[in-house]
This record gives sequence, structure tokens and C-alpha cells, in this order.
Amino acid sequence: MKQIKLRELFSTFMRIGGFTFGGGYAMIPLIEKELVEQKGLLTEEEFIDIIAVVQGIPGVIAVNSSLFIGYKLRGILGALTSVLAISLPSILIILSIAQLLLNLQGNQWVEALFKGVRSAVVVLIFWAGYKMSKKAIVNYSSLIYTLGVVLGILVFKLHPIVLIGFAGIIGMITSITKTKEYNDDTD
Amino acid sequence: MILIELFLTFFKIGLFTFGGGYAMIPLIQEEMVAHGWLTIDQFVDIVAVSQMTPGAVAINNATFVGYKVAGFFGTAMSTFGLIAPSLIIITIVAKLLDKFSNHPLVEGAWQGIRPAVVGLIMVAVISIGKEVIIGIDGIIIGIIALVLLAKVKLHPIGVIVISGILGVLFTYI
Repeated sequence: MKQIKLRELFSTFMRIGGFTFGGGYAMIPLIEKELVEQKGLLTEEEFIDIIAVVQGIPGVIAVNSSLFIGYKLRGILGALTSVLAISLPSILIILSIAQLLLNLQGNQWVEALFKGVRSAVVVLIFWAGYKMSKKAIVNYSSLIYTLGVVLGILVFKLHPIVLIGFAGIIGMITSITKTKEYNDDTD
Repeated sequence: MILIELFLTFFKIGLFTFGGGYAMIPLIQEEMVAHGWLTIDQFVDIVAVSQMTPGAVAINNATFVGYKVAGFFGTAMSTFGLIAPSLIIITIVAKLLDKFSNHPLVEGAWQGIRPAVVGLIMVAVISIGKEVIIGIDGIIIGIIALVLLAKVKLHPIGVIVISGILGVLFTYI
């Protein structure tokens, strides 16, 4: 398979980082178009596997996908090049408006504007959680995890990281019976 | 030292966020408010700005917070902190990842983590909503935003723009 130049890797991921609105998930179809369809650097199967893996490890989706693809194509240098390229547009844009945002604080018109915007952001977060719940809450036992976290934070004041850790461990324990079957099958 | 604290805080966020995107919001909110780096208002404003500019919400947030707390070097440290856990995981275990992502134990952990993340997001909605949805105006704008998003299927950028305009209209009319 032909090797991509680091310079080309950089410009590809910079384009993806600079033109996708709505974060990591919105980048996935763009990455596919550039690297699978146009450049033929990855097969469709490889790409699907990569996306499955990057969603299965912690971290930012955009960061994980660029790191993993860069690493597959050009090793550690490729990983660093890709992640720098995908983050650079947002870093430059935010840096250039950060001071403006800080200066505008206290301006009455801007306050009125953001008062409306903030209500909308709460709704956006709620809607993201609602859409996620349709895939995540598949039966009564998964609902128990959700309610457990809500109670854990609101009533017992536990840290989110502790609760995520608990959820992962309990999920593993309850899947041990399935794991035995899996091991028996592979043996 | 503030630069190291920025690095470690965003390292923690990068390491313990599962699911990307909005799944990061509860953890970032918790950390930013606990450190006193952002008020809830500022945090929500950054989420709004992130929706309207290209790039990932978490990177935008790391960039802004780093800049606000410690200028350009702050940005470099917070962004690198956010990326570092993924860099370590991917370069060290890349070869094992293909094999392990299908393992039943990993799948089992995810069956617990996914609904737990939904719980975290819903708590964030409650705690942020209590702070930033102010008065009857705020509630009305929220309901309009929900209808635009869920029924009209308007793009989030459109929902944010319309809500901002409504915020100005409600304040000055």
C-alpha cells in the first residue's frame, strides 16, 4: 500500500478539523471520504474497525481517531502530526476569540444574547443525553446504572469518575458468565 | 504550579471520559467549577461557542480555559493534557486494541458505562439548568429551543442563533 507523506497527512486532518461543526462524531464521515474514498489509504473494513476501537477507549473522539489513523499510516510521527493538525484550527479560532469573549463580559446586549443562548445549550445537552439513552438504556438493568449515577451524585455527592469506575466494574462482573462461554468457544 | 495543575486536570478529563462529545460535559463542568477556573455561565458559553466554531467541544474548552488561566502556555498545557492519555493508550496498546475491543469483559464494562454516562449527562442538565435558565423568559426560550431541535429538526447552530435573538428581544421589549 502506498505511503502518505506527513505533509499530506497534516493538511488532510487540518482540513477535517477546520471544516466540521459539532465535534468528533461529525468528523467521522469526512475522515472516511478523504482517507477511504479519495486517497484509498484505508479499506472500508479497516476504517469501520478503527471507528469501533476509538469509541471504545476513553478520550475525545476527534483526538482518538486522528491519533489512531495517523499511527496506523505513519507510526508515532504520523500520530503526532495528525492530532496536531486536527486540533490546530479549533485552537487558533478559540485563541483568537478568547480575549474578545472575556472583554465582552458585562456588556448588556451580549449578556441578554447569552441569556437566551444558555437556555438553548441546556436543551442541547439534554437532547444529546436523550438520544444517547436510546442506545445505552436497553433494559431494566441498564436503567439501574443510570438511576444509580443520578442518586450517587445528587444524594451521596460521589465524584463522576468514581461512579463511571463502579459502573464499568459492575458491568464486567455481570458479564463474567458470558466471558466463560466466550473462552470455552475459543479454546 | 498552575501549568502542571492545568495539565493534570485535563489529563484526568481525557482519561475518564467515555463516549466523546457531550459525554465529556459533566466531567469538564465538575473540574472547571471545582478549580474556580470558570463560572457555570462561562462554561455554558464555551459549549455554545464550540457548537458554532469547527472542532471538538473538549479541545475548544481546554484551549479557552488554558488561555484564561495562564495565557498561551496555559492553552498548550491544557490541550496537551487532554490529548496525552489517548496518545499513551493508542501508541502503547494499538496492536492489542483490535483484539480487546471485542472481548466480552470489555463489552460488559461498556454495558455499565453507557447508561452511567446518560445519568451523568442528566445530572449535568439539572445542575446547569438550575443556574443558567433564569426566570420565565429562560424557561420559554428553553421550550422553544426544544421544539426547534426535536420537532423542526433545526441544526444546533440555528437553535443557538434563534435563542440568542430571543434573549435580546425578551430583555429589551
